[in-house]
Amino acid sequence: MNLNWEEIFNWNMIFRCFLVGGTICVLGQILIDKTKLTPARILVFFVTLGTILGGLGIYQHLVDFAGAGATVPLTGFGYNLAKGAIEGVQQNGLIGAFTGGVKNAAGGIAAAVFFGYIASLISKPKMKKQ
Amino acid sequence: MEKLGKQTIKFDTPPTILECASIVGPKESEGPLAKYFDQCLEDEFWGEKTWEKAESKIIKETIHAAISKSGVPAEKIDCSFAGDLLNQCISSSFALRDSNVPFFGVFGACSTFVESLSLGAICTESFAKHVLCATSSHFCSAEKQFRFPLELGNQRPPTAQWTVTGSGAAVLSKSGTGPFITHITPGKIVDMGIKDANNMGAAMAPAFVDTLLTHFKDTGRTPNYYDAIISGDLGHIGKEIAIDIAKSQGYNIKSNYNDCGVLIFDKNKQDTHSGGSGCGCCGSVFSGYFFKQLKSKKIKRLLLIATGALMNSTSSQQGESIPGIAHAISIEI
Amino acid sequence: MENPLETEKTYQKYVDEKSPDSPILKNCFNAFWVGGLICSIGQIILNICKSRGFDIATSGTIVSIILIAISAFFTGLNIFNKIGKFAGAGSLVPITGFANSIVAPAMEYKSEGYIMGVGGKMFTVAGPVLVFGISSSIIVGIIYLIFNTQSITLV
Repeated sequence: MNLNWEEIFNWNMIFRCFLVGGTICVLGQILIDKTKLTPARILVFFVTLGTILGGLGIYQHLVDFAGAGATVPLTGFGYNLAKGAIEGVQQNGLIGAFTGGVKNAAGGIAAAVFFGYIASLISKPKMKKQ
Repeated sequence: MEKLGKQTIKFDTPPTILECASIVGPKESEGPLAKYFDQCLEDEFWGEKTWEKAESKIIKETIHAAISKSGVPAEKIDCSFAGDLLNQCISSSFALRDSNVPFFGVFGACSTFVESLSLGAICTESFAKHVLCATSSHFCSAEKQFRFPLELGNQRPPTAQWTVTGSGAAVLSKSGTGPFITHITPGKIVDMGIKDANNMGAAMAPAFVDTLLTHFKDTGRTPNYYDAIISGDLGHIGKEIAIDIAKSQGYNIKSNYNDCGVLIFDKNKQDTHSGGSGCGCCGSVFSGYFFKQLKSKKIKRLLLIATGALMNSTSSQQGESIPGIAHAISIEI
Repeated sequence: MENPLETEKTYQKYVDEKSPDSPILKNCFNAFWVGGLICSIGQIILNICKSRGFDIATSGTIVSIILIAISAFFTGLNIFNKIGKFAGAGSLVPITGFANSIVAPAMEYKSEGYIMGVGGKMFTVAGPVLVFGISSSIIVGIIYLIFNTQSITLV
């Protein structure tokens, strides 16, 4: 199969993605260093922020602008859930609010569970050497 | 036994610390005190399957080493005091379950070593000829229980302390030629409202100073009386805070004061942030380093004050502040 | 010198002054380039998928699965915690951090058995993410249903 290399290494897009993705991470870092929030709380904050911005339709603009720079951070996971819920409602009404979100995020959740289980089968925790 | 002042106990016939033993983990073996420990492990599992089993093995082997060094047969030990950080003190209980020695499990967080020495010393004034005291902690089992899984990619703030993997054990005897435990000052709980579980030194420093000052007032001694004043595991930040607070109360301890958590690691090389902590910190540093200094008379009068943070993960999630405690023993030859 | 132990407030203030801050500039810089790099890898995978004719939603899912697999792989090799220590939020905030927060407890609690250890404790860190993410998405769906217009978007 022929791959379109120019499309794959679209440097303009990758640059925007790098910039936006990096900036979202910096926001997280400032939260960690300034508020002493635990990692779980940081993740919850980002996912909830993502669903809210996704629900309001604001996050879509960021996704259009930065692609994976907006979808790979956990805010993108939240955006994906919200988008799925809205699409679900459009197709199936109320029941769609319950099925749409998880349906959209199913790949990620299932992969994390599956690979987590596999990793625990074959690997053992080790002491941090630093 | 006689009570002095508000909190201090003075022994009529001071018990002797007959012998001490210490075993530490791989990271501690790279630290500045490595050569003083009886055994340095290369592997934090030590051939066991779990961290908890490894910690239990460490304390068990430390106890064996202390008993065999002391020359007292195990059946002649009248009772034992031991503790650790894991829930319900499983490391110590599992380590001593085959020992046939009467066992008291004690918990005083990181102050446990001095707590068990104190209780053991009190026993020698009544029924016991020989008492065994031991504590342990393990970085991995403590991280798992109190913080996060080891493989989680999180950052530690600069105020965080590093739980020592190690154990210290001591055999006390009613009669002997020293070093003697001459005084005990059991501490009271002091809580100055610190809630940050990543800043234990700051949470425990007020308790340390409280016990220190009470000890001086009760005994009429001054900081200069001691060759060394050693706190358990306040770490670098806690140490500075302790010096500051003591100074503000009119006691200058800067010249002869140090901390086990500061001594056990090389802060710059080992990236241990504010220094070591855990029951095994004070236990192994005293048993490994200070006991030898006392034996060789390089230190003649030592005030050992182990500090503990009396909280758990539930209490800190519920937003409780961290109560601190510090117990002092004066050891002289 | 005044006594820092006078009240809890004065002590807290004194402790805050005494405790060193995290090196925030260095941390932010590392978080920026590592986070940006992870997203860029995602973007390249996304472009490859699109170039092979997958639709945008499927491509996004493939990106997530691949990044999660890589993160699980590095966690299993005991490397991810070193990356995380260096990059902080740079590896935590992207989907790699979510994967790590599931894989790390799974490995850690293996010692308590595969059912209640791995299975039961797997979500100790990441569980809240799903609870809050899914719950808030349902709320978003319901609000959308109530307004039921095509132009819910505010911007």
